[in-house]
Amino acid sequence: MKIAIPVDDPNLETSVCQSFGRTPYFLIYDTETKERKFIDNSAAASQGGAGIKAAQSIVDNKSEVVLTPLCGENAAEVLNAAGIKIYKTRDASAMDNINAFIEGQLSLLEEIHPGFHGNGSK
Amino acid sequence: MEANNMRIAVLSGKGGTGKTLVSVNLAAAAKESIYIDCDVEEPNGHLFFKPENVKEEEITIKIPSVDEQLCMGCRICAYFCRFNALAYVNDKLKIFDDVCHCCGGCVLLCPVEALSDKDKVIGKVQKGTKDNVTVNTGILNFGVESGVPIIKKLLNENKPGGKKLTFIDCPPGSACIVMESIKEADYCILVAEPTLFGVHNLNMVYELVKLFDRPHGVVLNKCLDGENPAEKFCLEKNIKILDRIPFDHELGTLNSNARIAVKENEKYQTLFASLLQKVTKEVQQHETVTNP
Ligand code: SF4
Ligand code: SF4
Repeated sequence: MKIAIPVDDPNLETSVCQSFGRTPYFLIYDTETKERKFIDNSAAASQGGAGIKAAQSIVDNKSEVVLTPLCGENAAEVLNAAGIKIYKTRDASAMDNINAFIEGQLSLLEEIHPGFHGNGSK
Repeated sequence: MEANNMRIAVLSGKGGTGKTLVSVNLAAAAKESIYIDCDVEEPNGHLFFKPENVKEEEITIKIPSVDEQLCMGCRICAYFCRFNALAYVNDKLKIFDDVCHCCGGCVLLCPVEALSDKDKVIGKVQKGTKDNVTVNTGILNFGVESGVPIIKKLLNENKPGGKKLTFIDCPPGSACIVMESIKEADYCILVAEPTLFGVHNLNMVYELVKLFDRPHGVVLNKCLDGENPAEKFCLEKNIKILDRIPFDHELGTLNSNARIAVKENEKYQTLFASLLQKVTKEVQQHETVTNP
């Protein structure tokens, strides 16, 4: 199973990034092969809909689980449509969170925040 | 410019500062006028005027819709959309209406014509009259992201040119919907409260009118004796103070009962008529400076 997690830096000591849509990288961890891969989040610089585009790339990478502190409603809709489960991270490093998830210690993310559509009308 | 076809926008940094009070009463004090409520999320000018013979028109925008039978999943549309309103998940194209900016690009690009425009109702405009005032109201449906198309419709329908003064009751704040509302205004009235927070809000709209290079002046609302931080701000920045509306229970009560003050009491008639005069003079002066 592949796990995706938004991270601040492309190394294994990295912390979890607070933004899903605008995170600079995703760490993709494969629980079977133990392979770790960092992918650039091309959505980070987009004008709007960053969460949708970021979620699209997670879907395309065939992850089954996302670990994140926060997730907007549009991103959640894309992830849900692909059957990807979203779990809430703890205040710890990315790898600690992955281990906590494997041990079944993380719970599903319940709070989905309304989108910030970035056109400044609110 | 003739005094009688000016467009005057009334702004404030947040709701509840007296923006509607000022625009409604100015419109009522004018001989013949058009009142446009651009505060589409919470339009309340019509509650004061109670317009008659109201005609309504729905406002729609064009959102793409996909024919799943035709779509072959090439994703050309999704790569193109710079607002990321399209995602392709689980062999289906998902369209995020509230992120779409209606550019129409994806519909043009789809190689198999699986996409077409469909109308989505986002709100409506109403037009009615009461005495000397034509009352226009924009209403945005709940949950719709941007009211800009409604503002455009309101302002296009009421192009200057007639013999009437136009008053635009702007949405609070300084976001792009406010910019749309003041784009073609000849003058901007900034309404401010005499508190430190009021100064913060005033500064927001002041920055905006400066950015758009609109002639402007301030009306200080709810004035009490003693220190007035908003007044101090105006003096420091050299902003024209048009008028001071005193804090007054009678005015407050009239206003909260949705009564138009100038119609109820001579002293408010005098107050707003004199404000109206100052504003028209300001616009004319500005006109002679820029187009001598
Ligand atoms: S461009 Fe047309 S065919 Fe291709 S994914 Fe979009 S809707 Fe489907
Ligand atoms: S109309 Fe434009 S903004 Fe809307 S989905 Fe299509 S490409 Fe994106």
